[in-house]
Amino acid sequence: MKILWFHLMPYTELPDDFRQKNNSVWVDINSNLFEPERAHHMYNDFMDELEFAAQSGFHGVCVNEHHNNGYGLMPSPNLIASTLARRTSEAALCILGNSLALYNPPTRVAEEMAMIDCISGGRVIAGFPVGSPMDTCYAYGQNPSLLRQRYYEAHDLVLKSWMEPETFAFNGRFNQQRYVNNWPRPVQKPRPPIWIPGGGSVETWRWCAEMDYVYCYLSYYGYKAGRDTMHGFWREMDKLGKDRNPYRAGFLQFVGVAETRAEAARLYKEAAEYFYGRCLHVDPKFASPPGYTTEATVRARVQSMVVQAANKAIERREVPLDFQEIVDKGYVIIGSPDEVAEQIRALAVDMNVGHLMLLLQFGNMGKELAFHNTRLFAEKVLPQVKDLFDDRWDDRWWPQPMARQQRAHPAPVVQ
Amino acid sequence: MAAPETRWLAVNGAKCRVRTKGTGRPIGFLAGLDGALTWTPFLERLAGERQVIVASLPGFAGSNGHDRLDQHLDWLLATEELLRGAGLAGADLIGSSVGGALAADVAAVWPGLVRKLALIAPFGLYDEGEPTFDVFAVRPGTLQNHVCANPENFAQATAQPAGEDAMEWQVTQLRTNEAAARLLWPLGDTRLALRLPRLTTETLLVWGADDRVVPPSYAGRFQKLIKGKTTIATIAGAGHLAELDAPDAVAAAILEFLG
Repeated sequence: MKILWFHLMPYTELPDDFRQKNNSVWVDINSNLFEPERAHHMYNDFMDELEFAAQSGFHGVCVNEHHNNGYGLMPSPNLIASTLARRTSEAALCILGNSLALYNPPTRVAEEMAMIDCISGGRVIAGFPVGSPMDTCYAYGQNPSLLRQRYYEAHDLVLKSWMEPETFAFNGRFNQQRYVNNWPRPVQKPRPPIWIPGGGSVETWRWCAEMDYVYCYLSYYGYKAGRDTMHGFWREMDKLGKDRNPYRAGFLQFVGVAETRAEAARLYKEAAEYFYGRCLHVDPKFASPPGYTTEATVRARVQSMVVQAANKAIERREVPLDFQEIVDKGYVIIGSPDEVAEQIRALAVDMNVGHLMLLLQFGNMGKELAFHNTRLFAEKVLPQVKDLFDDRWDDRWWPQPMARQQRAHPAPVVQ
Repeated sequence: MAAPETRWLAVNGAKCRVRTKGTGRPIGFLAGLDGALTWTPFLERLAGERQVIVASLPGFAGSNGHDRLDQHLDWLLATEELLRGAGLAGADLIGSSVGGALAADVAAVWPGLVRKLALIAPFGLYDEGEPTFDVFAVRPGTLQNHVCANPENFAQATAQPAGEDAMEWQVTQLRTNEAAARLLWPLGDTRLALRLPRLTTETLLVWGADDRVVPPSYAGRFQKLIKGKTTIATIAGAGHLAELDAPDAVAAAILEFLG
């Protein structure tokens, strides 16, 4: 299996009384809480962590896109991915968002991802989420009733712009361009692998199957809450006659490793409570812009992930989760390396997930602890889990970089 | 209370619902955020004096086709087609809230399409100094607290009638809300300010004194921009959907204005 190291880039200094004094961590979060000089250090720590993870042997590093968000300081994941393209050499660069409907013209996304694919020698995974309501409809003002139609059209345009050898005109419903002709083009042919982060909608599953894309379920609520969704995904693949190749799927999980379980509880309690207490303090009024959820999904009585999160936010507005509950519910897996490895193997097999994205930095966890968590996982857990699935399945959705000896070597930094 | 007659028109290739009740010179009605899902006391009061024709805009109660409307021009053409199809060309027209924005727009763009125009707290303008409320960012199940002075009035106007399928009723409400958002997202500013100076139709501006969605001061902004003669009627004790909070007072003011 493939293990990827995922960073949300949370602001680590939200005050202790954040929940009491603020309406929401997202969309209308108080900008006075943002201190650029502190963010200077946070960004540099976070980038050190991503680079350290790549050097430590993780198969890939993940960046994602959020706007107006106190737990996601990456409005442009491409900026971070481009520095990683220079400062890492082997890891896949998994860009799990650009929300395609936000870019005008969408070919901007095709260009930037092609640039990063060229700089990195073909290590890009192109993630295309529709994007959360908070990011797309509220922060970016996109019309929820038009969002999906724009998304699908932008997807078609980006794909064509990567693969069509000649300059072409695009006459879409929302985008008109007389001369589409991207320079540069991606290294990977015919295009970088495409992964789709999504909620639990059957329409997205079907689309991923039809397009042969990886479906990623990125929930903050761990494997116990995610099982039903992933089992639903595989039942749908069966119905569609697709094989059960675990590399069709990705899943996100928080993990804290230490020498013992008791030590892990001591080390990761504060960061976990910070994340589930302050970072998920989202006003539910931003969860359901009219038209964001399709009528088919409403009829299927499927609650989107954001609505589930909002409902949890309502339940939890007064009383935040404590660490024991966070662990008991499986939101965060903790333990000794052997205990964590056992849990990872079990959940990967149960959900049949070949691409596991891990949050080893979360909440207000500092760099030292994030390094500790990352190092222990890389040295003592990764070797116990990475062989999983590879005896039976090929990962057709993994980047195909240039041969190592043909790749450039960035010059060392001279101070 | 006898039910209104229901029929369907093809508008821009999609099915739109028209409900009619009463006799006399016709009055058209384009609904607000409640979508005129049900036949309300306000409509009943009007139907006692005139023929009332409720034309459901694309996506609004019983209608489809909002998902074909991408540009504002698409909305204007669909509204004009709907009004003509419903037999409302040259008739009096009432537009509330969302429907008010389109009623003012088509009356400005097609002179003669509307005889006299009554607008109840229409959207369409946006003033940074006194912004309209974001009706699309409310916690689930709380819209009624914002759009009516008495939330119960909204709840009644949108309650599932006996014999309706619960899921389909929910979808109809969601679709109405989506259609409103499709037209108004994100600020409710349809650039109507550019066209109101062309509006020569005599216009009554009805506003609930307790409107917390489009503040009552917007009546003055409309009055300033509309070229034709305007009158303002402020309704005490009523919120944004004044016709739900004070059906008799709003109906009386409008009937008197239409003459």
